Amino acid sequence: MGAAYLANEYAPIVIFLVIAVLMGAAPLVLTVLLAEQRPDAEKNSAYECGFEAFEDARLQIDVRFYLLAILFVVFDLESAFLFPWAIVLDDIGLFGFVEMMLFLFILVVGYAYAWKKGALQWE
Amino acid sequence: MSGLDMAAQAGIWALEILAIAVPVALSVAYITYVERRVIGWIQVRKGCNRVGPAGLLQPLADGLKLFLKETTIPAAANKLLFVAAPVISLTPALLAYAVVPFGETSLFGLWDKPHVMAISHLNVGLLYVMAISSMSIYGVLMAGWASNSKYALMGSIRSTCQMISYEISMGFALVPVMMLAGSLDLVEIVKAQQGGLLHWYMIPLFPMLLVYFISGCAEVGRTPFDLIETEELVAGYHVEYSGMWFATFSLAEYAAMIMIALMTSILFLGGWYAPIPALDFIPGTVWLLGKTAFLVFLFIWMRATFPRYRYDQMMRLGWKVFLPWTLVWIAVVGICIYTPGLSAVINFWMPWR
Repeated sequence: MGAAYLANEYAPIVIFLVIAVLMGAAPLVLTVLLAEQRPDAEKNSAYECGFEAFEDARLQIDVRFYLLAILFVVFDLESAFLFPWAIVLDDIGLFGFVEMMLFLFILVVGYAYAWKKGALQWE
Repeated sequence: MSGLDMAAQAGIWALEILAIAVPVALSVAYITYVERRVIGWIQVRKGCNRVGPAGLLQPLADGLKLFLKETTIPAAANKLLFVAAPVISLTPALLAYAVVPFGETSLFGLWDKPHVMAISHLNVGLLYVMAISSMSIYGVLMAGWASNSKYALMGSIRSTCQMISYEISMGFALVPVMMLAGSLDLVEIVKAQQGGLLHWYMIPLFPMLLVYFISGCAEVGRTPFDLIETEELVAGYHVEYSGMWFATFSLAEYAAMIMIALMTSILFLGGWYAPIPALDFIPGTVWLLGKTAFLVFLFIWMRATFPRYRYDQMMRLGWKVFLPWTLVWIAVVGICIYTPGLSAVINFWMPWR
């Protein structure tokens, strides 16, 4: 798997990236140029159900969202381990399977703890 | 390779890309039409039938209307991020199509061996799709934060949370597929399901099919998981966007929805193979797109049928139901592979072994 493979398979993706950005950006540019623009102060104020916006919109956010993000990182890393493991499972055999089950068990302990502590509770 | 050859090759690639990207954009437009008609029929009304024959020109009229609308950029917004967000959410949704194999063709016997119809036949195709499609979350976060509006910010935080929660069960649901196919290459995964309905991964991995499809539904924020656009949030993260800018977000959402349907067909429903081998004379692309169209119909059907989840119910489903389910199924598949009696059974779905 050398440079030729990389060029053949990844170069079209780079070209696609350029085309996709153009497909997204071109209508946005055209609509600004072609449609009639009449901005005013009221129109450009933040939506607040007709009220004047009070205080800055970047408000404090419930800590549970952060907890969830941390849990997400843990499990996403776990899937980063699981993907290559699943591919080579046939080569590493029973040992590899038991090994991963032990690893998963340790993670499940943490998951059960988070569950018990109510980190997944949203009522 | 000389400069001229490279330019010619790049031109061919660009044509291939347009041959995929333009139909995707068109089907997005027409899925909005199909959606309105189907939901209309389900609710015993007509749906849009005024513009053109049977309302067929409705998507074009909608597009034109959105196109001619004024663009509002809130004065308090972070201009750079606000402008970049729609493009950043659409680009990955389109880019994911780069590795989708639409079938194999020998071009009516012109080539001796069949070629895979994909822009790029990556050996890590599945990983690529997972990685690229989750980039859309950045668009959502950026749009919500840059708008500097409370509704947009809360909407984007909630939808980000929903997306990352279901991202996990989605990723885990794919692990048993990889275990059975022994590859991340989408073409290999389809080929491992050759030989008719019983070989499709929906048979041994039916719970994973459900998890993947429903998580996909939550991932793109379709009903019953459209908490992103609940009334209390007025529209969620894109409340400050107008006209074409707003439409770009829905374009991305629909493109991602078709992608989920395509991936479900490829990973669980045998890709471009017919349910019985005798029907394989019908081109594979027809089968693949037919399965995809059915799943898209299922998305629309679900939208017309189910009431919306509450936020806590949605989180419960993702974290307390799907996640344990997928973990158990990974263990079940592994145990089947390594138990002497059962491995003969599971080998039916692992033809490469």
